[in-house]
Amino acid sequence: MAFTPHTDNDIVQMLKVIGANSIDDLFKEIPAEVRNKKDLKLEAPLSESEVLRELQRLANRNATPETHRSFLGGGTYNHFIPAVVDFLTSRSEFATAYTPYQSEISQGTLQAIFEFQTLICQITGMEAANASMYDGASACAEAALMAARLTRRKKILTSRALHPEYRETLATYCRFLEMELIDLSFNKNGETSLEDLQAHLDDQTAGVILGYPNFFGVIENIAPLAPLVHDQGAKLVVAVQEAASLGLIKAPGALGADIVIGEGQSFGIPPAFGGPHAGFFAVRQKDVRSIPGRLVGETVDQEGKRGYVLTLSTREQHIRREKATSNICSNHGLCALRATVYLSLLGKDGLRTVAVQNHSKAEYAKQQISAVDGFTLPFSAPTFNEFVIEAKEPVEQVMARLESNGILGGIPLQTFYPEMENHFLVCVTEQNSREDIDILVQTLGTSRT
Amino acid sequence: MNEIGTRGLALNEKLIFEHSRTGRRGFSLPELDVPEASLPGELTRDEMDGLPEVSEVEVVRHFTRLSSWNYGVDSGFYPLGSCTMKYNPKVNETAAQKAGLALIHPYTPAALSQGAMEIIYKLEQMLGEISGFPAITVHPAAGAHGELTGMMVIRAFHEKQGNPRRKVLIPDTAHGTNPASAVLCGYEVVSISSDGYLAAEEVAAHMDDEVAALMITNPNTLGLFEKEIVEICAAVHAKGGLVYCDGANMNALLGVCKPADLGIDVMHFNLHKTFSTPHGGGGPGAGPVGVTKELEPFLPHPRIQLKKDHYAWDVNRPDAIGRLRAFHGNFGILVRAYTYIRMLGADGLRRTSEMAVLNANYIRARLEPHYHLPYKQRSLHEVVFSEQNLKGGCHTMDAAKRLIDYGFHPPTVYFPLVVKGAIMIEPTETETRESIDEFCDAMIQIAKESEENPALLKMAPVKTRTRRMDEALAARKPKLRWVKEEKKN
Repeated sequence: MAFTPHTDNDIVQMLKVIGANSIDDLFKEIPAEVRNKKDLKLEAPLSESEVLRELQRLANRNATPETHRSFLGGGTYNHFIPAVVDFLTSRSEFATAYTPYQSEISQGTLQAIFEFQTLICQITGMEAANASMYDGASACAEAALMAARLTRRKKILTSRALHPEYRETLATYCRFLEMELIDLSFNKNGETSLEDLQAHLDDQTAGVILGYPNFFGVIENIAPLAPLVHDQGAKLVVAVQEAASLGLIKAPGALGADIVIGEGQSFGIPPAFGGPHAGFFAVRQKDVRSIPGRLVGETVDQEGKRGYVLTLSTREQHIRREKATSNICSNHGLCALRATVYLSLLGKDGLRTVAVQNHSKAEYAKQQISAVDGFTLPFSAPTFNEFVIEAKEPVEQVMARLESNGILGGIPLQTFYPEMENHFLVCVTEQNSREDIDILVQTLGTSRT
Repeated sequence: MNEIGTRGLALNEKLIFEHSRTGRRGFSLPELDVPEASLPGELTRDEMDGLPEVSEVEVVRHFTRLSSWNYGVDSGFYPLGSCTMKYNPKVNETAAQKAGLALIHPYTPAALSQGAMEIIYKLEQMLGEISGFPAITVHPAAGAHGELTGMMVIRAFHEKQGNPRRKVLIPDTAHGTNPASAVLCGYEVVSISSDGYLAAEEVAAHMDDEVAALMITNPNTLGLFEKEIVEICAAVHAKGGLVYCDGANMNALLGVCKPADLGIDVMHFNLHKTFSTPHGGGGPGAGPVGVTKELEPFLPHPRIQLKKDHYAWDVNRPDAIGRLRAFHGNFGILVRAYTYIRMLGADGLRRTSEMAVLNANYIRARLEPHYHLPYKQRSLHEVVFSEQNLKGGCHTMDAAKRLIDYGFHPPTVYFPLVVKGAIMIEPTETETRESIDEFCDAMIQIAKESEENPALLKMAPVKTRTRRMDEALAARKPKLRWVKEEKKN
């Protein structure tokens, strides 16, 4: 089925108005020798009911929290999404609109983005935030470029405990820009090494990037690092891969961060195999003219009525072309709207409650697992809702045992960190009941047969 | 004429923060079933300042009211040129919301995510067949992200050959993202002029051993098929350069011609334009990239392989440029595009382009007597007029705002830059003849009004809840967030 409404008669009448003899006539500017000689080789078209059956068949081949007890985190989290979020963000006035360039008929999108920007400032403790980025990883790369712009320096120090896919994205973005990227090691507690930071930090450093919480779930102790970074005139970039943590841990803005970026997926956005999610990007007010991406600002209309517009667009590619702060020309608007609705529903109590539940359940799981023979906690620093476990037996064997019992037990870490043989990352959210955790613990402890 | 724009009761609505009352709640969670834990005091934040405390009903009314201030494709005709605002089939949404697709975690083991991997693999195959490119990646999150990916692939290829080269040629009609993406790959941008079409001679004159690539849009942003494209590609290739195509206008070519057959080396798709995924008020979309066989090794991670009877992640790709985002692409968007292509099939895709081109040419025929058409050649899926024929000191923006009063979303305005006061109209294939006629009637009426009563244009819009905004004020004194007002003593 094609979604084209014309009748044969419509087509005849329209061709007559155009003065063309046939549809083919309309394509005559395309040289005949490059036109398709054959029909496209695609499977036969499906009706609506058939295509939904096909998608259901494919959906059934995937494991999710509805089919398995899941303890997967690592940058995408299994949080509860209230019905209101799906309901409101499905409204097609939001979903089928374009970028709000015509402000008079886009005030809904514009005000919602203004609220999103405000909410991001509130949870990060920062002064200005943009309308969202593609995801946490690309926001992290853009933050490094912004630090380089602000300082006119090219050296970026990145914690090895920052999400490995954020680090890889950063490396790709910087690859052709003559930037220097230096890895900072992590210590035996799972925190970024202060000694290593001091060894590499100098007056050529543009920025220092830390995960908070980091990839191991560890809540980095940022406060003492910030003055060291600032003394060298560098920017402290804090990357939040699990935004739900901000209900409980100190706001990065209060700890001296210059740029706070992160992933908003935890705020009402489904995991969807990793996307689309919503990156956020927050800065100090004084740096706002160097921020990448869209910004919405408050103003008034001709009659003095409060309203919102896209603003400070002289930073952007459609005006500045090759001199723009970034090549980004969109945001993840509908995902940012999901986060806005979610945070509005939860409010300050709800966000705190979710964070406390995540932390408490993860602490319970951590204690229970570390009491099982053959499983230990390699790191000692405080964590939020995920933590690293080291197994005495091969991690593949552990995962296989869990999977055969309907459990997605965690993320093996050796792929990302070659030295972390038989380590895996376990995540516990408010969606995991005590029973889920007990069954995980019990299954881990089942002796091999 | 039958006017669809009319008055309606529009409700005012405060910011969500201004509804906040201490103690109101809009959520429920199960009781905590483990002992409550706490963090060391120095890591714990105090109460979060500012976050709203509102009830569920207030949240629902708030966002419902906001939505009523928006205009979407589902509200009416939305002829934004270059944006392809076609109807977004609802079945796409139902498909993407299936639990097995919406709730799958990106680190689920491959053996337990075969359905998701099959969708990605097959979508790549289908986009490859449509475009003629042997390798596709669905990794990029948006069109501009796809451009960046494609240009990095080009740079990595040249580096492997021994010289990354210095320059990228970009015609003056190009989208602003083209030069911005080239610069992020460390290239210097050389702008080349075109007169409706890009001449192969002009390209050849700029080609040398330091040109890495030409970035072209085809059909270009004037809606014209680059008729010398084959010669252009040959001229670039003759000096060892590569041709990048911005696929924003692919809606004109489905089943008609394959960009790879024209000599193009790299192209990005916009699934949110050509393949009907919703624009979402500015995203998320997806920007897959197709490349020739020799460029395939440079595509970003991750890649999926079809083994005998299952799909696997291909991890051994030493020349890959790396990744430009986390995880496997905007999978939720890929599901929607997959659903769309499976419903249309080859015939439906071809008909899509045919009807899109028919509609654009019909609008052109109806408006040409009333609006100045700077480029007369046969156009494809969109048509660009200028403001030249507007009278009474009225400009393109005035006509655009007046269209809002008539109940339409305005076309793209002031782009491409080569046309003074450009009015760029792309109707897409999903509109009825009646809705197109209503739009054309309004456009003709507006041209007449500019002569008889230009104030109608200059004051417009008058039927919207808010009038034209003071954009200068917003930029001069940026207010980018709500701040709680201090209590006055």
